[in-house]
Amino acid sequence: MAKGVKPRVKVPKTAAAGDTITIKTLISHKMESGQRKDDDGNVIPRSIINRFTCDFNGENVIDVTLEPAISTNPYFEFEAKVPEAGEFKFTWYDDDGSVYDTAKKIAIG
Amino acid sequence: MELTRRNAMIAGAGALFVAGLPIRVSAAGEDAIAAFTGGADVGAGDITLTAPEIAENGNTVPIEVASETAAEIMVLALGNPTPAVATFKFGPLSGSRAASTRIRLAGTQDVIAIAKLDDGSFVQASSTVKVTIGGCGG
Amino acid sequence: MKKLTSALLASAVFCTPLMADPVEDTLILNEEITMVTRTAAPAHVSDVLDEVISGWHFRGTETRAMQADDFDNPGMIFVEQAEEVWNTADGSEGKSCSSCHEGTDSMKGVRAVYPKWNEAAGEVRTLEMQVNDCRENRMGAEKWKYTGGDMTNMVALISSVSRGMPVDVAITGPAQSMWEQGKELYYTRTGQLELACASCHEDNYGNMIRADHLSQGQINGFPTYRLKNTKLNSVHARFKGCVRDTRAETFKPGSPEFVALELYVASRGNGLSVEGPSIRN
Repeated sequence: MAKGVKPRVKVPKTAAAGDTITIKTLISHKMESGQRKDDDGNVIPRSIINRFTCDFNGENVIDVTLEPAISTNPYFEFEAKVPEAGEFKFTWYDDDGSVYDTAKKIAIG
Repeated sequence: MELTRRNAMIAGAGALFVAGLPIRVSAAGEDAIAAFTGGADVGAGDITLTAPEIAENGNTVPIEVASETAAEIMVLALGNPTPAVATFKFGPLSGSRAASTRIRLAGTQDVIAIAKLDDGSFVQASSTVKVTIGGCGG
Repeated sequence: MKKLTSALLASAVFCTPLMADPVEDTLILNEEITMVTRTAAPAHVSDVLDEVISGWHFRGTETRAMQADDFDNPGMIFVEQAEEVWNTADGSEGKSCSSCHEGTDSMKGVRAVYPKWNEAAGEVRTLEMQVNDCRENRMGAEKWKYTGGDMTNMVALISSVSRGMPVDVAITGPAQSMWEQGKELYYTRTGQLELACASCHEDNYGNMIRADHLSQGQINGFPTYRLKNTKLNSVHARFKGCVRDTRAETFKPGSPEFVALELYVASRGNGLSVEGPSIRN
């Protein structure tokens, strides 16, 4: 697992049924592009998060393929429909096989 | 060609002419587009790409893609060593067919967004982003 | 000859295209705190500046927006990392920062008055020096590297709870001689380019240095997340970068010279809001 990887997500605590809400996500990750060289001139191997998904109660909201051109500490902002109360699940997939996830509940009110 | 003032002016005029034509895409860019579209025609239409005209630093350039009817949107940075940037697939619970992120640009270049619409057709939008380099900050 | 070269270089490097003035805009943090990002110059610099202006005004639209919201601000990732460290015991005494200071809210106001005279130690101290004093003498832990990640992240955490408060470092009394030493450094030309801090940040702020928009070099936004290296940067690390860019041998981070310079430069921003962690290029 890459060092110091920590997901952050911003989801409203409540919404009206059927509302569209804005979600922001940020995860600390170097996103080593594979294009850089170290002090000795050796290429630093690529090590990135290559996929991010957001699901709500098991149904998909967004599925993103990331390439090395995504900035350090990948940031996404998008919108989701909230048909009922439930839980958003966020998952990031690392090149090294690690999977980072976090979840946020949302209430109807 | 020797770089004389006259030649430089001719080259400059040529560059102006090229700017009026569709964007020239590298081989790697063409491959990425073909893989996404399966060789289908790409027109203009329901896709917008918002990017700064001038990016303060190529490390972190905020962009947004938006469409009413896109199922998927692919973003390419044609001047990067590898042009692929990201592909967004919108699921059944997406609240809009739009997303924002932050990307890396190796220098001043064209960024393009190609959307696969619900009807199976492909449309694209592009934006030229100037990346400032130099001074003590860059 | 050398003088001529540097004079030519200066005229070539500093130029004034249109639209180079600091941007008119207001920084409202998290839709709550209206920050003071430009204000009347404090008395001790009013002979050379009418107004003191945060570096925020010299950055692009997208960079300015990124600082206005804690979620959008990637510097806050490092603040959150430091919060974990704040509550984690380290060293022979089994203490964490919170063992003595409780919550980080207890640090409110601290960033605004540092560097500060420490009577017991008989010296002017930066926040970094104070953190290491705690680590060594209260926690029995190893000192952190002055510009290391752990240190800079912790200083950013301490700074973050003072955001919106005015910078107010004391420059009279026992700190005065250190302040005067810092002032002398600020106006001393160094390096092959023979540039003083003032050459860029007092005489030429608002102008472009190649593709870069020169600010007043205020440090109210430090530690700052730089787009260039995508991490938090400390004041002394930035000083070192600036002095290196004049092609001079630099002072060491944490050296008495840089402590004096930090005190002086901080005092030039008295009245501006604490912004750290800010976003800069």
